[in-house]
Amino acid sequence: MSRLTVEALRYHGCGPIDFTIADGTCASLTGASGAGKTLLLRAIADLDPHDGRALLDDVPATALPASTWRRRVAMLPAESSWWYESVGEHFGIAGAAGAAPSTERLALLGFTPEVMAWAIARLSTGERQRLAILRLLAQSPHALLLDEPTANLDASNVTAVESLIATYRRDEHASVLWVTHDPEQRGRVASHHYRIEDGTVRAEPTP
Amino acid sequence: MSVIALTPLDLALAAALVVLLAGLSRRSKLGLEGRILVAAGRMTVQLLLIGLILRTIFAHVHLAWVVLIALGMLLAAGREVMARQQRRLRGWWGFGTGTGAMFVSSFAVTVFALSVIVGTEPWYAPQYAIPMLGMLLGNTMTGIALAMDRLTQTAWQQRAVIEQRLLLGENAHTAFGEMRRESMRTGMIPIVNAMAAAGIVSLPGMMTGQILAGSPPLEAVKYQIMIMFLIAAGTGFGVMLAISVTSRRLFDERDRLRLDVLR
Repeated sequence: MSRLTVEALRYHGCGPIDFTIADGTCASLTGASGAGKTLLLRAIADLDPHDGRALLDDVPATALPASTWRRRVAMLPAESSWWYESVGEHFGIAGAAGAAPSTERLALLGFTPEVMAWAIARLSTGERQRLAILRLLAQSPHALLLDEPTANLDASNVTAVESLIATYRRDEHASVLWVTHDPEQRGRVASHHYRIEDGTVRAEPTP
Repeated sequence: MSVIALTPLDLALAAALVVLLAGLSRRSKLGLEGRILVAAGRMTVQLLLIGLILRTIFAHVHLAWVVLIALGMLLAAGREVMARQQRRLRGWWGFGTGTGAMFVSSFAVTVFALSVIVGTEPWYAPQYAIPMLGMLLGNTMTGIALAMDRLTQTAWQQRAVIEQRLLLGENAHTAFGEMRRESMRTGMIPIVNAMAAAGIVSLPGMMTGQILAGSPPLEAVKYQIMIMFLIAAGTGFGVMLAISVTSRRLFDERDRLRLDVLR
């Protein structure tokens, strides 16, 4: 069970923001550039100071060490960072939970297990993005906060990522908050829809 | 054997060389002549003043005077550490962290050396205390300033990587660990290199001075060896302390990178 609840969240002049994403469901979030989408994800991940609280199955973030909370409520930033030389070194960095991804999962995003030995320097933007998603899922998070996860991908990889996230969500009963500008993608990936505007978040009908 | 006293004429001859250099700078359009002369003048006045102060203190040995001079040196060094950082901690932390680290390391090491190793009588004998503290402060200052500047710059530039590591579930200690260690190395490398080169590439100034003043070379060398040990230890302790405090300050209790503590 992984229900994500946001209660009276306030940050950087936005809020109060309230919503709940039931376990096993995906909600989309859209809004103009600068409306505060990324900052909302950062506040939920407890990466920025904020008022109000976020809860996972009624357990507030503050009841857990920050690192544990961020492993469970995992945020994918719009641009991923890599700091070791090879891809494989970035997997399983925070404890045993994050082992290398399964061959099937790698294949779904167009990689073979050899990718773990690749040098970071030779990765394209799209490859980095897909590997960042695999790296995030390798931590076995309970909730996903995805900041435009398919922005740099071609059409076939967009489909692959959407299906990988959907499978993970169903298999692990994970809750997902998916930031996107694409109305069609919102309809494809999410069952609930939110828009952030003038510092507040409100529900929208299916676009 | 005692030192040959220099007359004002002797100093004027040496100064003539600097005036000659300034003239050459003007002819070659280096534009440095003004700065050369001002710096030379400042150096002369500052050193004459400290000479007068030291003469007075040596004549009236009293703990209060030594402490006063030591505090003045410490505050000047703390200001220098702060000025050498592009992005320093806001408020009193910017001055206090470097100054506190120097106080703990330089003062502790100097007091230890005076009372246990050299065994001067009294332990604060200014002829020993002030030059030794000066050498320690000067070197720890360089190390701490380098290390703190490196640390805050790295945190600023590597923000994306640090936050990515936090997002993947690392705690602040791990996510920032390699950068913290790199900053400590940056602060300690100069003194390690100085020890390695001492006697081969360079004759350290203190030993040279003692030899000029007529000390037997081996006595001068023993003092220099002790001073190098003290400087290495003082710099190392000071750097580690300053970096621990600063890197703790860069993260809050929820392991968030708080670059807003920098200015």
